Amino acid sequence: MVAFLLDVALGSVHIPLKEVIKVLFTSGSGNDTWVYIIEEIRLPKALTAIIVGCGLSVSGLQMQTLFRNPLAGPSVLGITAGASLGVALVMLSAGSITSLYTIKELGISGSWLIILASSFGAALIMILIVSISSSLKDNVIVLIVGVMIGNITLSVISIWQYFSSPELIKDYLLWTFGSLGGVTGGQLTILAIVVFAGLFISFLSSKLLDALLLGDNYARSMGLTVKRARILIIGSTSILAGGITAFCGPIGFIGIAVPHLARALFNTSNHRILIPACCLIGTVLMLICDIVAQLPGSQTVLPINVITALVGSPVVIWIIAGPTKLRGF
Amino acid sequence: MAAQTSLLHTSGLTIGYQAGKSKPKVIAGPLDLELYAGQLICLLGPNGCGKSTLLRTISGLQHPLKGEIILDGKELKKMKPAQVAKKISLVLTDNIRSGNLDVYSLISLGRYPHSGWLGILTAHDKQVIDNAIKATHTEAFLDRKMDSLSDGECQKVMLARAMAQDTPLIILDEPTAHLDLPSRIQLMRLLHQLAKETNKAILLSTHELDLALQVADQIWLMSNGGHLDAGLPEELVLNGSFQHAFDKDGIAFDAATGTFNIHYAGKRSIKVTGEGTAAFWTKKALVRNGFNISTAGQNDLRVSVSGEGPEFIWTVQKNNEHTTYTSLRGFLAAL
Repeated sequence: MVAFLLDVALGSVHIPLKEVIKVLFTSGSGNDTWVYIIEEIRLPKALTAIIVGCGLSVSGLQMQTLFRNPLAGPSVLGITAGASLGVALVMLSAGSITSLYTIKELGISGSWLIILASSFGAALIMILIVSISSSLKDNVIVLIVGVMIGNITLSVISIWQYFSSPELIKDYLLWTFGSLGGVTGGQLTILAIVVFAGLFISFLSSKLLDALLLGDNYARSMGLTVKRARILIIGSTSILAGGITAFCGPIGFIGIAVPHLARALFNTSNHRILIPACCLIGTVLMLICDIVAQLPGSQTVLPINVITALVGSPVVIWIIAGPTKLRGF
Repeated sequence: MAAQTSLLHTSGLTIGYQAGKSKPKVIAGPLDLELYAGQLICLLGPNGCGKSTLLRTISGLQHPLKGEIILDGKELKKMKPAQVAKKISLVLTDNIRSGNLDVYSLISLGRYPHSGWLGILTAHDKQVIDNAIKATHTEAFLDRKMDSLSDGECQKVMLARAMAQDTPLIILDEPTAHLDLPSRIQLMRLLHQLAKETNKAILLSTHELDLALQVADQIWLMSNGGHLDAGLPEELVLNGSFQHAFDKDGIAFDAATGTFNIHYAGKRSIKVTGEGTAAFWTKKALVRNGFNISTAGQNDLRVSVSGEGPEFIWTVQKNNEHTTYTSLRGFLAAL
């Protein structure tokens, strides 16, 4: 809540905190510009941060449980690369409606197109990785395969970029920096619906995730239909990571780091608790990242990806080299 | 035994792997097996003879190549995983030390097939979990994380989880692997007790031949060709199945002692006379040093052991010469 207020309050245009609270809760203020900035720019951005924080954290948690690997996450295993492929497919393919901005002007139908392409790309890579992983026993090998598939996907995109016109490339590159600011109005609603649906499916599958903690064989011996559970979990992860990546670009590290923080802080492995915990921590972390990205007091706004990496990487190092209780995944 | 109804029954069961489109690889079969409530069944056999495959097939993790498995009156392959989970619980060799799991959470996962869609535990569930914890003596480490447990503790916790699943049949794949001798004995005794007290059927694979001979109500003995002999432990010893199943160079099952001799037959023969423990261990020492213990009346090499513990005297008679030793080491060195 505090982080949310701060995120709305801080920005390149200085607005007093008192006024911010007034605008948020009474929707009236003496300064119309401030009202506009808060309602049209900062509030959507903060809400986006919350949605992204929840969605990426939970998708990371699901991946870590499904692969039983502490380093799994949407960005490491090529899921975001898959989503990028989907977006690149829409944005870079030749034609009149290819630019992101053209698509944004198309409004809701265009947003759906990008979300669909992005989720489809994410799901494609996920299914590929899971089908390969079903014949592999070692989780480390699965991880390496995932990273490699991610690399292949990214180089396919690079080749595509090489043959595309500079304008299209610029749009795409801006998208890859990641941004919470580009989501407004109807798009925010779509993103919220998509992520909420994904979160709802994840919460429903929390019992399945608990059983998968012991691995496929035990899960099956406890009456779980492993294939169906995999499809459900991969599906919701693809929706979450794909939807978010479509709108905000590939945002790294939140998906890996937050589940570990949640496990350590709440000291549990029960997904019924971990999923809301991930939402909470993901929200706070994402809002903090957004505040830092705006470099309070300055006019510059850094890409969000830079900040999440700055915050996330130390957490990952802490996981690997730090206290054993976190290493014991 | 005739009054008991069979809990699990297989007829013409052939197990193995279907690798791709190639010809299926048959590991064992056809097998006709019976499993009764309240019995502890030990599955024995050399490495790689298909023990795990048989257990996986019976528990429904793997499809049989041929034949059928009847579980509590129903055909196994027609049952849904959720239904099978209420009949069979497993303790596998899979590594589970992951995910920040504490012992109590892991044991409560056993209630999975019985709980609702969110997995919330009822008072009854908690009662069953508590009983499982008491039965397996795991009260002491409920708050610990799985990765802080020793192998023996870990097996007990996994058994508690299987108990919490509250199924008439528990299947364990090599539960005694990696355990030290006291833990192995403890675990086998615990399983034996559980089978008797709770009337569950417990099927386990193990390499602990002597323990299995002591506690098992029935032994399934697999040999490398995929042949399986089922019967009372003593029956299998007496009819020579053990000798057959473990027949390898230089290893012989000794039906007289119920153990394996790991030594080659000795070249020199010696006759040992004497009573009790001292004579027994003297024979062991001689066998290890390449002697063949002879029972013949006449022998040019004899030793007689006499004395009361802890002091013993070894008198060696060689070509009518008598020599006396006061330590086993000295006696062996002289030979």
